[in-house]
Amino acid sequence: MSGLQEKDEGLIRVVIPQHLRTLAGVTGEVMLQVGAPVTMRKVLDALEERFPMLRGTIREYGTGQRRAFLRFFACEEDWSHESVDKVLPAVVAEGKEPLLIIGAIAGG
Amino acid sequence: MSGVRVLVGTKKGAFILTADGKRKNWQVSGPFFAGWEIYHVKGSAVDPNRLYASQSSGWFGQLIQRSDDGGATWTPVGNKFAYDGVPGTHQWYDGTAHPWEFKRVWHLEPGLADVDTVYAGVEDAALFKSSDGGTTWEELSGLRGHGSGPHWQPGAGGMCLHTIILDPSNKERMYIAISAAGTFRTDDAGKTWKPINKGLVSGTMPDPTAEVGHCVHHVAMHKARPDVLFMQKHWDIMRSDNAGDNWREVSGNLPTDFGFVIDIHAHEPETLYVVPIKSDSEHFVPDGKLRVYRSRSGGNEWEALTSGLPQKDCYVNVYRDAMAVDSLDECGIYFGTSGGQVYASADAGDSWMPIVRDLPSVLSVEVQTLA
Repeated sequence: MSGLQEKDEGLIRVVIPQHLRTLAGVTGEVMLQVGAPVTMRKVLDALEERFPMLRGTIREYGTGQRRAFLRFFACEEDWSHESVDKVLPAVVAEGKEPLLIIGAIAGG
Repeated sequence: MSGVRVLVGTKKGAFILTADGKRKNWQVSGPFFAGWEIYHVKGSAVDPNRLYASQSSGWFGQLIQRSDDGGATWTPVGNKFAYDGVPGTHQWYDGTAHPWEFKRVWHLEPGLADVDTVYAGVEDAALFKSSDGGTTWEELSGLRGHGSGPHWQPGAGGMCLHTIILDPSNKERMYIAISAAGTFRTDDAGKTWKPINKGLVSGTMPDPTAEVGHCVHHVAMHKARPDVLFMQKHWDIMRSDNAGDNWREVSGNLPTDFGFVIDIHAHEPETLYVVPIKSDSEHFVPDGKLRVYRSRSGGNEWEALTSGLPQKDCYVNVYRDAMAVDSLDECGIYFGTSGGQVYASADAGDSWMPIVRDLPSVLSVEVQTLA
């Protein structure tokens, strides 16, 4: 859940790919309110709640699987294959470091 | 004053080309959705300002965009295409069973009576319908549930439902085509479907006259004569005079009967247009010459239309949804190429001029005739 009323909430910084920034109508980092403990699932839930047009673009409908050509990074570590329920590093939860959603450098 | 709006989908965005009724001076706007594959853009016959666009990418999947102002502004609408029930399997290229997986929307067909009704033909092949302007989508699963579904197999471009034709004289009747399953018809608004491939002969199939399995590339219908259908099959131009129940070949004197597009003159139901393509592996026009072929006799007798089209060193393709006609008094014909050119003829194909020459590879062309 996200929301200002939660006691242990943090202000999460999320960097999304340029095409998704255009789709969502934002520039720069996206700031999200996410309650503790902060996990990838909760960040993505909050991101899609705030920007419904991003549903289906980062994770698949139905399965919730990360789309194959996207990767998640936090604190210079690849979180793409971690459980989405694993707690993210404290510096991400505290907004000191951004969570990165990166598109593969591929294609024509 | 009358005019036309040409809706162009490309591998890297959408473009809108507009002109007055003379179709001499064009304005080009776009790219819209720059960097995304736009398989199809089509406007509503009920309200020409209502447009739908299929936007997709290998990174971010499928989106549907809607415009209510003729393409000036766009809004992303629903993109959840969930197969009804357990999807099951179809055949993979090697004949093994492969699970049905949604990949993209190839074709969007707005309803003829309601601006908020729109159909989507998708890969892996299925038909979806929205009754709320694209916000939500529901599969018309009677098609995929037809008993032949497990035997459908993808063509080289994927197992796509690429053609949707609504019968203007019968709201219960609709045609679709799938590469490489064939053509199907419903007479009860999509609840049940029957394959309509009798007369098709595909020599590369184990059973060349099988009920399903034919690689149909595109089908066209003239709205004034809805029981007459014309088809560009992988090989062969085909014609049906009884709503698809039987087909006969009308390839006639074409230099090759392989191709993708086929369309019909707006005012002459027996005047057809195709662009022959060299195959099986080259997939560009024969002899370095871009030629549209026109038949004024419903097939069999074809003439090459070359005026204004490159007749040397041309090696482009014209994809299945990349030809359209307007309905002005002097029928206009339009097509786009894999090389990024969009050509227009304001005299039913006698002469051509490029509207634009250097777009990304063109996937689809539609035309709206504006009052």
